[in-house]
Amino acid sequence: MHLILFLLFAGLCLAGAINLLLQSHPINSALSLIVVMTSLAVLYLLLGAEFLAAAQVIVYAGAVMVLFTFVIMLLNAGREEHTLGSRAARTVGFPAVAAILAILATVILHIQGLGTATMQDGITSTEDLSTILFTKLLLPFEVTSVLILIAILGAVALARRGDGDTERLAGK
Amino acid sequence: MNLLYFFIWSLLKVIVVTVVMLLGVAYTVLLERKLVGRIQNRWGPSRVGPFGLLQPLVDGAKSFLKEDIIPTAVDKPLYLLAPMIALGCALISIAVVPFGDPGIAVSGFRLFQISDVNIGLLVILGITSIGVYGVALAGWSSNNKYSLLGSLRSSAQLVSYELALGLSLVGVVLRAGSLNLRVIVESQASKGLLTWNIFGGLQIFAFFIYLMAAYAETNRSPFDLPEAESELTAGYHTEYSSMKFAMFFMAEYANMITVGCVATMLFLGGWTSPLGNLLPTPQNIVLRSLLPIFWFVLKVFSFLFLYVWVRGTLPRFRYDQLMNFGWRYLLPLAILNIVGTSLWLAYK
Repeated sequence: MHLILFLLFAGLCLAGAINLLLQSHPINSALSLIVVMTSLAVLYLLLGAEFLAAAQVIVYAGAVMVLFTFVIMLLNAGREEHTLGSRAARTVGFPAVAAILAILATVILHIQGLGTATMQDGITSTEDLSTILFTKLLLPFEVTSVLILIAILGAVALARRGDGDTERLAGK
Repeated sequence: MNLLYFFIWSLLKVIVVTVVMLLGVAYTVLLERKLVGRIQNRWGPSRVGPFGLLQPLVDGAKSFLKEDIIPTAVDKPLYLLAPMIALGCALISIAVVPFGDPGIAVSGFRLFQISDVNIGLLVILGITSIGVYGVALAGWSSNNKYSLLGSLRSSAQLVSYELALGLSLVGVVLRAGSLNLRVIVESQASKGLLTWNIFGGLQIFAFFIYLMAAYAETNRSPFDLPEAESELTAGYHTEYSSMKFAMFFMAEYANMITVGCVATMLFLGGWTSPLGNLLPTPQNIVLRSLLPIFWFVLKVFSFLFLYVWVRGTLPRFRYDQLMNFGWRYLLPLAILNIVGTSLWLAYK
């Protein structure tokens, strides 16, 4: 049962990712990305991480992707034109990507080895997750929130400056 | 065999709940038309059946029989997909709602809840956040400026108010110590009205924040800017006709019911009796299973009544007022509520 679900949603995830690259219209690409995000949530659920799955749907498939589609709709972005791409990119690009991926994979495998993940009925409760988050992983957790705070401050600063400029221009 | 048994039971529950939900949607529409009629000093629908009670069925038949027009310039796949997303998401979220005493079960299968999920509340929030795409895609794929403006407004509104909505529920979750809707309801059960989160739990601010954010989330008056008819014709569903329009319509009312269910479970004690232990628990099994449903339906009904009442009373917000209100008042208030509730719980 788990295996069937895994294959189904892993396939859906990959299909969405490939479709994301192939589609020429930005909104179709954005929708494919939503499919990818949602199938990832199901994969998390199969690993027993239910809170993570719900957060994935709410935050990524919900909020973030709504903003993406919102921006695409607001800019009224049209169909992209596919070019054949430069010859240099094709001759150098693909081998380079393969090489980088190979190096990354080797390094990660060398350090961590192939971990095992089991699909299971058991579910990590939200309580356990938060206990770990606030004891063992407190520092990374807080540092991440500071990072997000900095991003918010940056956004506010950028928006502020634009506002002030128009006011000054209007004053003149 | 066990799997088959489980499958049949679940299917049965899903069918019954979906049918009841759709009937509920139909009669919520009638309730609204009747009530708004009375508020405006007229009768509302009164010709079809006694007191106009058969009106929703006739309306349904009319929607089916109308010509289905697909404009030539639409983006067809998305245009067809949008109403399905809207209605699908609106109907799915009822699956985690416990609308009766979960103690009543036939051979281990709870009769009054389709599925008891540990993170039921998050499931509802997640499905609601996916439902936004129905509105957003409908407006975009229609290739019509009114539709596009309507769906832009709606996406921005939903994203803004989702924050306040989610945060207003955190206080309740803190008090119950769980995201499971059944546990949240049971945590308010002991003394009836006095232990409901809205009164005994001191979550009355949270309740009002939730109320207002929920009105905005369901695109209802006074926050019905996505379909403000005086500015946008009909907003995101301008180009939809026949059953596709009806699907958006049903989705809106199904969302209202879901929002009412969530308010009932989180703030008004769910299926528990407001009198607490004052009334003895009836021994008769039929009565014992029907009474909680009665309370639940009554609470959701009062919530829907309030919805219609507000619609009949308040004028529409202006768009900048809407955004100001959400970000400058509701959101800080919701955060204050979380801080206050945590301090209170820590003090206790």
